[in-house]
Amino acid sequence: MPTILDIQDLRKSYAGGFEALKGVDLQIEKGEILALLGPNGAGKTTLISTVCGITTATSGKVTVGGHDIHDDFRAARSMIGLVPQEINLEPFEKVINTVRFSRGLFGRPADEAKLEKILRQLSLWDKKDSQIRELSGGMKRRVLIAKALSHDPQVLFLDEPTAGVDVELRKDMWEIVAGLKASGVTIILTTHYIEEAEAIADRIGVIARGELLLVEEKDKLMARLGKKQLEVQLTEPITEIPLALQSPDVELSADGQALIYTYDTNAERTGITKLLAKVAESGLVLRDVATRQSSLEDIFVGMLKEDAA
Amino acid sequence: MNWTAIKAIYTFEMTRFFRTITQSIISPVLSTSLYFVVFGAAIGSRIDEVEGVSYGAFIVPGLIMLSVITQSISNASFGIYFPKFIGTVYELLSAPINFFEIVIGYVGAAATKALFIGTIILITAFFFVDITIQHPIAMVAFLILTCISFALMGFIIGIWAGNFEQLQLVPLLIVTPLVFLGGSFYSISMLPPVWQVISHFNPVVYLISGFRWAFFGSADVPILTSLLAIALFTALCLGVIWWIFRTGWRLRA
Repeated sequence: MPTILDIQDLRKSYAGGFEALKGVDLQIEKGEILALLGPNGAGKTTLISTVCGITTATSGKVTVGGHDIHDDFRAARSMIGLVPQEINLEPFEKVINTVRFSRGLFGRPADEAKLEKILRQLSLWDKKDSQIRELSGGMKRRVLIAKALSHDPQVLFLDEPTAGVDVELRKDMWEIVAGLKASGVTIILTTHYIEEAEAIADRIGVIARGELLLVEEKDKLMARLGKKQLEVQLTEPITEIPLALQSPDVELSADGQALIYTYDTNAERTGITKLLAKVAESGLVLRDVATRQSSLEDIFVGMLKEDAA
Repeated sequence: MNWTAIKAIYTFEMTRFFRTITQSIISPVLSTSLYFVVFGAAIGSRIDEVEGVSYGAFIVPGLIMLSVITQSISNASFGIYFPKFIGTVYELLSAPINFFEIVIGYVGAAATKALFIGTIILITAFFFVDITIQHPIAMVAFLILTCISFALMGFIIGIWAGNFEQLQLVPLLIVTPLVFLGGSFYSISMLPPVWQVISHFNPVVYLISGFRWAFFGSADVPILTSLLAIALFTALCLGVIWWIFRTGWRLRA
């Protein structure tokens, strides 16, 4: 797949000396969904704002569809749609007018049929003549998406699209994103909900303190960093781990009913056979065993801890 | 030039204006009528003709200027400040438009609104006094130029303002006194000599004088001086806007 967004050594420092971006390199392929994961203040929004032209970069080069965002800003920006994190909408304006405005602002000729299609897709058509202030929070977020889509962008930035949105709406949003991907739009979304990245992204980038720690395909990332846990449930509870089984990887559950063994799925030996043999040696009787894959959240938290260390 | 974008901004701003059309019309009509009752009828009846014109008619150009200048500034400053305040400015900054297109859209809309209100005041004036406009084309040209130049100034104030208080500050502390002291309700020649000299440093004097010339054919200062003054003022505003554009001052981080 060709690269649609190319970010090279992007830096942004503020007058006070704070470095919001410390040389970010990122290439996005056409048609993919990339989730940028990171804690608050990691630089996610700064990165998006810089690509979109809201913030001026200190140095670095960004091209969208081969167009430099500085020298050829009209062509570059025409390709981008931005859904900001904050619900920034004019409260007294009608939904349809604000969407019309966005399309015009991006230099596209009026196309009511197109706008109707977008508003229907986002279940906003019934509300087209409502004032923004009459809408619920979830609906307002949809209006922001409709505005961003009004000029047929090829690259869509969603800055924390589901922050403060309830579970049901979040699922709706994921469906909308999946639909957009199907129609060929490249999507870059930021989130600090790991389940969100896990659910919809093709690739995941982890950003912290202005640095992109890694970008990898979601499945590979999970496999590479994924740890599994083996839970050995016992018929009789124990108070402490038998000497033969004592190791940093083995823990006793709070109720003493189970031993929890953490292992690396990618290691040459998982150590499961040995562990089970030692369990038998120690005279413990098994009731059941279960394994559990660590989630992206565990990976993420682990990585941030490593980075801070 | 991205004319579609300019049109989008212009239309959006005008929609806001027409949404509150009743108050947009009623307010200037009411305040103008009050001025005519107070200055024209009550006080004016005790004042002789000024420069060969009845006092009621004499204050018409000043009254129009007073409203037009205030309206141009407040419309343009609010127009660009409001998106900054509610955050919708992100869209302007990320759109494929340059700063001058943004300026044309907002300033054009603000100037149109002010022109509209100026026209309404003129129509209202016809109900109270007899006026014949001696140089109608010059009158319209002066009106349009004033609308544009003060809308430019308003735009700068809107970019500069960090809160609503600051948005009101410049119009309240600088513009209103300048307009009132600019000969809206009197001829500069009626002032003591010292104040006449001081008045020549007030740019609004030249505007009102030129505008009054278009109505009655007589002026405090030569018409060419008036034109030069308004041209200088417009150039100054454009210069400041060009600088804002270059630096992204108060707009882009």
